[in-house]
Amino acid sequence: MILKTAKLGKSFGGLAAVQDVDMTIEQGKITAIIGPNGAGKTTLFNLLSGFYKPSSGRIEFLGEDITHLPVHEVARRGIARTFQATHLFQRQTCLDNLIVGHRLRTRVNVWDALFRTPRHRRELRKCVERAFAAMEFAGISKLAHKPVGAISQEQQKRLSIALALVTEPKLLLLDEIAGGVNPEETAGLGELIGKIVKSGITVCFIEHKMQMVMNLADHIVVLNHGCKIAEGPPADVSRNKAVIEAYLGGETNAHAT
Amino acid sequence: MNLFLQQVLNGLVLGSIYSLVALGLTLVYGTRGIPNFAHGHLYMLGAYMTLFFVGTYGLHYWPSAILAALVLALAGVVLERLVFHPVSRSSHVNVMIASVGLMLFLEALSIQLWGADYKFVMAPNPAIYRFAGLTISHQQVIVIIAAVILMIGLQLFLKKTMVGSAIEALAQNREGAMLVGINVTRLSMLTFAISAGLASAAASLIAPINLVFPAMGTMVIMKAFAIVVIGGMGSIPGAIAAAYLLALAESLGGTYLLMQYRDLIAFALLAAILAIRPTGLFSRGD
Amino acid sequence: MQFNWRSWIFPCLLIIAGLFVPAVVANAYYIHVIIMGFIWAIAVYGLNIILGYTGQLSLGHAGFMGLGAYTVALMSLKLGAPFWLAMACAVLLNIVTSWLLSFIAFRTRDHYFAIFTLAIGVILHHVMEKWEKLTNGNNGLSQIPGFGGIGPISFDTAAARYYLIYAFLLLAIYVSWSLKHSLIGRTLMAIRNSEDLAKSIGIPVNRGKRLAFMISAALTGMAGGLYAGYIGFLGPSIASITVTFNLLLYLLVGGIGTVAGPLIGSFIVSVLTQFLVVLQDYQMLIFGPVLVLLTIFFPHGLAGGYYKLKHRWRTASANRKGKAEPAPGRAGGAAMAEASGVAEVSGAAEISVAAEASDAAEASGTAGAKGAVHREVR
Repeated sequence: MILKTAKLGKSFGGLAAVQDVDMTIEQGKITAIIGPNGAGKTTLFNLLSGFYKPSSGRIEFLGEDITHLPVHEVARRGIARTFQATHLFQRQTCLDNLIVGHRLRTRVNVWDALFRTPRHRRELRKCVERAFAAMEFAGISKLAHKPVGAISQEQQKRLSIALALVTEPKLLLLDEIAGGVNPEETAGLGELIGKIVKSGITVCFIEHKMQMVMNLADHIVVLNHGCKIAEGPPADVSRNKAVIEAYLGGETNAHAT
Repeated sequence: MNLFLQQVLNGLVLGSIYSLVALGLTLVYGTRGIPNFAHGHLYMLGAYMTLFFVGTYGLHYWPSAILAALVLALAGVVLERLVFHPVSRSSHVNVMIASVGLMLFLEALSIQLWGADYKFVMAPNPAIYRFAGLTISHQQVIVIIAAVILMIGLQLFLKKTMVGSAIEALAQNREGAMLVGINVTRLSMLTFAISAGLASAAASLIAPINLVFPAMGTMVIMKAFAIVVIGGMGSIPGAIAAAYLLALAESLGGTYLLMQYRDLIAFALLAAILAIRPTGLFSRGD
Repeated sequence: MQFNWRSWIFPCLLIIAGLFVPAVVANAYYIHVIIMGFIWAIAVYGLNIILGYTGQLSLGHAGFMGLGAYTVALMSLKLGAPFWLAMACAVLLNIVTSWLLSFIAFRTRDHYFAIFTLAIGVILHHVMEKWEKLTNGNNGLSQIPGFGGIGPISFDTAAARYYLIYAFLLLAIYVSWSLKHSLIGRTLMAIRNSEDLAKSIGIPVNRGKRLAFMISAALTGMAGGLYAGYIGFLGPSIASITVTFNLLLYLLVGGIGTVAGPLIGSFIVSVLTQFLVVLQDYQMLIFGPVLVLLTIFFPHGLAGGYYKLKHRWRTASANRKGKAEPAPGRAGGAAMAEASGVAEVSGAAEISVAAEASDAAEASGTAGAKGAVHREVR
């Protein structure tokens, strides 16, 4: 078990966006988080990555209580994420985006920078190498010097995955990574996720595309109205009454791949 | 004891002025999402406009003040369209820089048009009242009454009209309001108009008491920012409460502590609030 | 190591040209104007680090200049301290002050930083004006001892003073350049471009801002100390909002976030105002709208605009010639990584130009990614 939440909750004013969620993410497995719109999935990710402070409950990652850690500390502990609306450093090249992504694993200070010490050269080279490696892994090597604004939506998704990967995470949270891409691209992203997990990183993703979820996930957590209503392997969850009911009224892309 | 009460009274007068200026600032901050550093200079222009109408056209004080407020309201709309709207496409930093540029331009313009020396506006009624050992001038009474009327008017507008509640919604929660489909552009212009009008009114009210000079906007904007931060950005009751609080602190502090450093009280409070509760005293604090 | 020598020619020529100025320029007044341009440039280099690199609008930066200037002046006049000791103290005081302020200044939204620094600037100006016992108030301080000698070198001649300030300018440029092309610089620019994204990749944003603020205050404070030593007299106006505005104007004209920008902007504007006397009377009337127009139409300034054009031209000509994208491959990747700055690779002059262009765009805020993450996360 790599991550565990206990009675995790987040309220805004009087409104509970996430309530009493207990869930576990197993190391090396692919966990999917699904649920109708507004179920609290992104809120959950924001809680896990430290963007929101929980109103109640605990989060434990690799045996450490990370409930109240600020965002950058969570990233350092090894949780990386992508965002639902792709967030990258827009006017910079893909390469520049990724170089700074590895910064957190480097140990240079301002003196190294000012005096251009060997240590700085070494660390910068390491960042550049990791950047190229991540781009190759994500299949976007030829885009290295293109500005982010000039690449396609799917390529941007791959870049944001590469950015997350370059932080050397143990757990990768993907928020609707297949949003706005066609079936062929979706399959490609699915393959990439598989590749990521094979390389030893645990993946937890939010998705609306059911086919993708069913194909990839080892374990599914279903949220509705901020509460966990089901959890288990795909076969069980797809037959779960509460889950079916939750989706009947909502908008799902059960047909979309 | 008398001295204390006298200063409280003075504080109430000052607070009324601060309140009107701060309200304008907090409304604009809500709709545009950025601080308008030129707001204090709109205040200053309001005073000069009043002076202008009284001096050049020989109008009585009250029509001059009202005309000035209207002129400033129009100026607010013009500035919104000419400066704030175009630059809003840029980063927030650029918007702030633009408003700083505007601020210094307006000051230079005033000096050019009217000179840098201190000017004086005659009070409509120079009477002074004494009671219970306290002194208050007719104008000071006017200030308090007029400010209260304007604030009540503003509250009614914000709560009871469709447009007003849209503005308030925008001030409280910009993104939420935008999601609900509120037309930010038109509201923005209206808000700027109200904001500038309020500032002008405040300046016209205080002009017979204090003097009129080009740099009078600078201190006021600093205080207004301190007030808006202390009260919480976008919070109307917060702005009002903080305005009176600050005015009282200045009035009493200036008397019992160092007069020279009275103006620094605002910033000390600002620093304290930022250190302790950055979202302001009256916001919910996310 | 492959080294792109082409992009170094012009800067080197400029540096060398600068060395010949006292020999070539005979008029003492012109030398004075140039020296003042240098001093302002150093101050703007400071502002560029917090505003250009890190994206935080410091509206009280003149306060740091005043702090530096008054420290040098007061220590020399009242304590009889040697100039360089006073300078060191001035820079140190600025670093400590900015460090202390940063704990309050960076709470919550970035607008608060602008407001807070505005307030600090006003406070500093106010104190300098009102604390007459210490600073002599509006009468100012005069007869501040000039630059003390360093070893055998004394700074009695105008030429010597020129070279001294020139040396400090080169120092400021070096600090700016090395910072920008380092991991630290990349970190700061990530903070500027998107704080939330920067946080999510493990960057401690407040620590970065604090560092930028301190370096920024140190440089501008240094400029203040040099000002005091060079001019010899000093008034509270050095810390006024007008000075902050000037610094902003110079930076925006020159190119916010670039290495060349502060020098270009300071030079063009301050030299222009000196020589076009008519401008002096109407300074604010003209510069105010100029600043506003810059933020709307030319937010990237001269240097930024130059890089953008150059990049566009390079890309267009590359497309015309059908040049392939530099495809690094594994070996190529390592070769590219060889350089201490990724731009220093032969054939990758385009990258450095592209990098400058994109940095200029990011710094001038025409990118707009900032709000996006906020909306999602909020």
